[in-house]
Amino acid sequence: MREFPPVADALLAPLLTLTGVHTHIGHYHILQGVDLVVPRGELTMLLGRNGAGKTTTLRTILGLWRASDGSIRFEAEDIAQRDTPAIANLGFAYVPESMGIFAGLTVRENLVLAARSGPLDEARLEWIFRFFPPMKKFWQLPAGLLSGGQKQMLSISRAIVEPRKLVLIDEPTKGLAPAIIQNLIEAFAELKKSDTTILMVEQNFHAAKSLGDSVAVMDAGRIVHAGRMADLAADAALQARLLGLSLEAHQ
Amino acid sequence: MNAASADAIPAQRFDWIPPALLLAIVLGAFAMIGTPSTWVTLTVAGLAMGLLIFIMASGLTLVFGLMDVMNFAHGLFIAIGAYVAASTVKFFSAAAGADSFLANLGAVVPAILAAALVAGLLGWFFERVIIKPVYGQHLKQILITTGGMIVAEQLIHVFWGPDLLPLARPATLRGSFLIGDIAIEKFRLIAVVVGLAVFIAMLLLLNRTKIGLLIRAGVENKEMVEAMGYRIRRLFVGVFVAGSALAGLGGALWGMYQESVTVHIGANMMVLIFIVIIIGGLGSIGGCFAGALLVGLVANYVGYLSPKIALGSNILLMVMVLLWRPQGLYPVSKQ
Repeated sequence: MREFPPVADALLAPLLTLTGVHTHIGHYHILQGVDLVVPRGELTMLLGRNGAGKTTTLRTILGLWRASDGSIRFEAEDIAQRDTPAIANLGFAYVPESMGIFAGLTVRENLVLAARSGPLDEARLEWIFRFFPPMKKFWQLPAGLLSGGQKQMLSISRAIVEPRKLVLIDEPTKGLAPAIIQNLIEAFAELKKSDTTILMVEQNFHAAKSLGDSVAVMDAGRIVHAGRMADLAADAALQARLLGLSLEAHQ
Repeated sequence: MNAASADAIPAQRFDWIPPALLLAIVLGAFAMIGTPSTWVTLTVAGLAMGLLIFIMASGLTLVFGLMDVMNFAHGLFIAIGAYVAASTVKFFSAAAGADSFLANLGAVVPAILAAALVAGLLGWFFERVIIKPVYGQHLKQILITTGGMIVAEQLIHVFWGPDLLPLARPATLRGSFLIGDIAIEKFRLIAVVVGLAVFIAMLLLLNRTKIGLLIRAGVENKEMVEAMGYRIRRLFVGVFVAGSALAGLGGALWGMYQESVTVHIGANMMVLIFIVIIIGGLGSIGGCFAGALLVGLVANYVGYLSPKIALGSNILLMVMVLLWRPQGLYPVSKQ
């Protein structure tokens, strides 16, 4: 059996592992035993039909819904029963489907709040401005006045304004114009170069296959497929079986 | 990305309509009253009343906006502030009775600070014991805060007695400044100065500090603030304590203004306070400020011009504002 020194062990170990996670929302049993592994330094795509439980999975990881059973291990810790601020402070960032921007705060103020550990880092800001020039241009503008695409850029900028161990992103391309989606894809490709680990829910298969390293497909509250994104992208029959006919529209 | 959306700089405009409405009311009242001296006196009285209401209401609007808590016991903190101020002024009676402004301040400042401190401490106890178990349950919040207020009023009777308590204004704060035939009551000027100071301090806190940003962000989207790693419950406690302290401060000033205190001094103000925070937009400090001035000015002008409808004038004002802007003068966007 191969032996790795401790540092290498840590690098090879998955960053996040969900084992048998169940989540109830009211009387509804949404997650029904989710097993998911998020490799360190990769972009993992979480795909599936509407209502499969993708958003609930992200929210359960972050403690916004409490897992009723199962374990969620982040590095060496089980975080399933921790509250949201405690989980976030372990090194998480979250881009919700609604974007969650603070409309009455300026772009700058949104980013100041996102920088938990102190003042904004100028070099990091310049790095973000390279992806998203409108953030620099509208620096002092209330975020509520930005366009839909710019709000999404702000939401993502907030998530990466400081280095984070894991960024959870929920449908970043939803409702955006194709040109802006392409812009976001390029930005995420740049972000991947910084070795940030990302778990992204995405309905747009074109975006998913352009960006994903690994992939997990959900159905009815469970993971029904996990593997390399390139393999799924190359297998039309598997795509059709896992993601259904609606996939054609996304391609 | 889309060139048009990248290049277009969205317009950022301050909404001048509420200030313009206030100005229109002030100028309209001038035309209707006719006598400049009476108009100035009424205007200063309206501004003073409005700013006192603002001090008392500003904390409650943040409690509504940030914590989504229906606190019907806010009047209790006003009453406690007034009672504590009355006791403190009595304790410093020598300074209060002196013929020097500075000596009088030696009674008034401790009275105001003690009122804010005691109301703040009571607010902390109230949040931990009464409010905390009923977060997210509006009906229970209404019932338990109303019940808590009834119990606390009886405790006030135990400590201070059931009778009206005199709260004599110190000697140099009585009377008026006379400028020609215009009489401006001294204490109203003090109320204006303190009210403006509180407003400016709140604006600076909310716009220039990270705590302020968190409060504004929390009013919009509590969940996202938590997802960023901040403990919003701690912010809730802080805002509740600060709001209670401000109510105590306002109660002390209102008691001095009326020169007497009863256990219902706070409850009697609650109708006006609710009108102000609804007119302003729940959770909006700017809206609360504009709404308070509107209520104070309208109450004074209508009380002079048509005393018979004075009682209902502010209800009518609220109805008109809500028909025009259902979310209030300066609505806060919520997610």
